[in-house]
Amino acid sequence: MRREPPQRLADYGPLFFPAGMLIVFFVVPFATMIAVSVFQREQGGFYTPAFVFDNYARFLSLFFGKVLGFSLFLAIAVAAACVVIGIPFTYLLSRSPRKIQIVWLVALLSILSLSEVMIGFAWSTLFSRTAGITNLFVWLGLMTQAQALTPSFGAVMTAMTYQAFPYTVLVLYPALVRLDPTLTEAARTLGASPVKAFFTVVVPALRNTILATLIMVFIFALGSYLLPQLLGRPQHWTLSVLITDQAIYQSNMPFAAAMAVFLVLVSLALVGLALYAGQQRQAK
Amino acid sequence: MRDILNAKLGRRGVLGAGLAGASMLAMPSVLRAQDKSLKVGVYGGFFKDSFDKNIFPDFTKATGIAIESVAEPTGEAWLVQLEQAAKAGAAPADVSMMSQVAMLKGQSTKLWAPLDAAKLPNSKNLIDHFVNKYPDGKIAGIGAVSWYITLVTNTQAYKEAPTSWAALWDKANADKLGLLALVSNSFLLEVTAKTFMGGTKALDTDEGILKALEKLAEVKPNVRLWYRDEAQFEQALKSGEIPMGQYYHDVTGLAASQGSPVRSTFPKEGGIQDSGCWALSRASKKTEEAHTFINYMCQPAIQATLSRKVGTSPTVKRDLLDLTAAEFASVSSDIEPIIPRYDLYQTKSDFLNQKWTEMIAG
Repeated sequence: MRREPPQRLADYGPLFFPAGMLIVFFVVPFATMIAVSVFQREQGGFYTPAFVFDNYARFLSLFFGKVLGFSLFLAIAVAAACVVIGIPFTYLLSRSPRKIQIVWLVALLSILSLSEVMIGFAWSTLFSRTAGITNLFVWLGLMTQAQALTPSFGAVMTAMTYQAFPYTVLVLYPALVRLDPTLTEAARTLGASPVKAFFTVVVPALRNTILATLIMVFIFALGSYLLPQLLGRPQHWTLSVLITDQAIYQSNMPFAAAMAVFLVLVSLALVGLALYAGQQRQAK
Repeated sequence: MRDILNAKLGRRGVLGAGLAGASMLAMPSVLRAQDKSLKVGVYGGFFKDSFDKNIFPDFTKATGIAIESVAEPTGEAWLVQLEQAAKAGAAPADVSMMSQVAMLKGQSTKLWAPLDAAKLPNSKNLIDHFVNKYPDGKIAGIGAVSWYITLVTNTQAYKEAPTSWAALWDKANADKLGLLALVSNSFLLEVTAKTFMGGTKALDTDEGILKALEKLAEVKPNVRLWYRDEAQFEQALKSGEIPMGQYYHDVTGLAASQGSPVRSTFPKEGGIQDSGCWALSRASKKTEEAHTFINYMCQPAIQATLSRKVGTSPTVKRDLLDLTAAEFASVSSDIEPIIPRYDLYQTKSDFLNQKWTEMIAG
């Protein structure tokens, strides 16, 4: 099929719908947010249109710096955990019989139908002292006394990894299925152990997919605000939690908007950096 | 008949039939809109269920005004929604029950339509401080109910009820407390001031507030959960997972009456008394109905029903009520309550919020 450049306005027709959607559901809300972020906060009231940088100035403090740092660290940790668990899992899945693959994929997809609230409450029950898994360990004789595993950093990490895991597998799965099995076979014939073949052939062949997965999970995890609240201590609250507090409980929209803008900019910068680094590596 | 059955249904035919069907279904609601109705926002869950069951049907019977109750979130989330909607000229609820902090914030932006005292003859039954007024003397809101936040414990974990808020600071209670996560709904600064600093007047100055925060920071090792979501704490309290904390007296009483091993105690320093007002959104067009509703709710008999069925503390004067001493004691207490310093959440809200967040998350 020959592709011809669009000649008339109507040829651009198919673009109007997605462009319209993008404008209505992304550009307009984001522009509104940026506008609100420079509005004047009325303490004990709402806000008035203005052009001030007070809200950004308030954010630039050691306290919020630490919170931002923790949020980024948590999102990176979740992304790394997902990829580290996800690659071997998906690799083995792609090598297993079709029936088993279908069962696993359906099970993973069904996790996506659970809301964040349900996941949070389920894990907080599993990690509780009174009804949690430690009771099982006591019964098995592994522990002497049931104890609470939440609130803790581990609980937050576990639940967030659980929530992001299906996405990880769904992104990795097509790439691993399409991976030519003769590549690993060649490596094996040349004397590499299965583990060595996995790390020297499979992983490098998937570099771009892995980078894409890391970025996707990172952004997904960065927006999480319910799980850190339900399962973490206050020092595990992410910037998203504080944004929610400001927007919903303090009715301080300008400050919430300023924090959100900041969060978006920092995450875009990090994603850009990751992509740039990936390209540099490929160019070598 | 057969012809109709055999006639080929085209796409348009189906669409047309669907449209006709849909508009027929929509007809009754068009008719219903002619009748009088009012959308009333009450806190979702227990409050809304109780109002739907015990209060609203009688009101409709007495006045012919249908009530559509709307579940509103606690905290200021609802205020934000009402405010945004009012800017667009819409009212998700005509009348809403608003807590004092949200009420005052709404007053500062004139979100609440001024109420006409002449149309609210029953409002004279109210205790004076339950009527919110604009600076020019117009009524902004009328006290709907008041409630207490008290010291709650799991009866299996604590055989003896604690007697003082100082129990929160007791080293023996390490990692056992559930406290509200926000400065403006936990009122723990006031509790600290009343318990250790001789009263809430100590919070008049910034130094006083910082001192109270410093004292409050000592409870951090005892706190297992700083909750925003009430269901999370209630569940943990019932199961004994988190056996002590601050919670609503009415809901705890209800849980206890349903057999959960929980109790609510008025500490000797007093329970925290907060109250909700009925307020009318300025975007509402149901002014008449709203006045009828608010006036109805100010009757002593209705307030007594609320105390008996919902467990709230009445906003009308005690001597007008037919509540027995025992009934009154179950929803209130003779111990002087801790009244939150609402003025601070107006004038210093950002300062308080910043210092509070740094205190608990730092």
